[in-house]
Amino acid sequence: MILPVVAVCVALLAAAGVLALVRAERGPSMLDRSVALDILTSTLVGAVALEAAWARRTDGLPMLVALALVGFVGSVTIARFASVEPEGEGRVLTREELASLETERSRRTEAEMRQVDDEDHGGSPAGEVKG
Amino acid sequence: MSAATTTTVLDVLASLCLLGGSLLTFAAAVGLVRFPDLLARTHVAAKPQVLGLILMLVGLSLRLRTLQVLWVLVLVAGFQMLTSPVAAHMVSRAGFRTGKVRHDLLVVDELSRDMEVAESEIRAEVSRDDERPAD
Repeated sequence: MILPVVAVCVALLAAAGVLALVRAERGPSMLDRSVALDILTSTLVGAVALEAAWARRTDGLPMLVALALVGFVGSVTIARFASVEPEGEGRVLTREELASLETERSRRTEAEMRQVDDEDHGGSPAGEVKG
Repeated sequence: MSAATTTTVLDVLASLCLLGGSLLTFAAAVGLVRFPDLLARTHVAAKPQVLGLILMLVGLSLRLRTLQVLWVLVLVAGFQMLTSPVAAHMVSRAGFRTGKVRHDLLVVDELSRDMEVAESEIRAEVSRDDERPAD
């Protein structure tokens, strides 16, 4: 009798988990992501409880206690260190943007290297008289 | 009422609670995706989510029907009710301070008003100190 109920509940919880992941991916800020992960954790607690109810097992219950205790630590930590994010910061870079950032950075490092005297990179000392 | 009937009734009640809990969890996730700003999303993580979880725990205890399990589940629900307001408050406060709140969507905004009043009081005090001649 309980099997169809469990099937419907599993479908609902799975959909909830996917939606929470969608919000975690979209952002736009760190805090939105942490709220989404909070919901994902409670969905996980619900899933463990559902499994225990279906199989009439009790060995998953310590997991529930641990998740309920630890679930909020992440979002509190992130909230404590939240800062003002510039517009457009809170998204994943595309491959091209990442490549252009990388070339820019390596170009800058090389320019800095050239500014330093050759001496520091194993060349002959500037003040030394040879011969 | 015979034992078999009692079992059936309790199982039906447990199923209803599990269904309601899953529905509320799903509703919370839908709200998380659809709501426009951080405060609304925090609300969704703090209220329907916790009620859904408690319903699922009630369903589980109706299905397992032992006292030890009941105490563990009361503990879980208690922790959830203690921690989720803390998390929601911290996230909302950090969001407000770092400008992630859409003020056009707020119906009442007492904090902004109070902060403006406090700032103008501080400014008035500073200008009074400037006017006073140094000893």
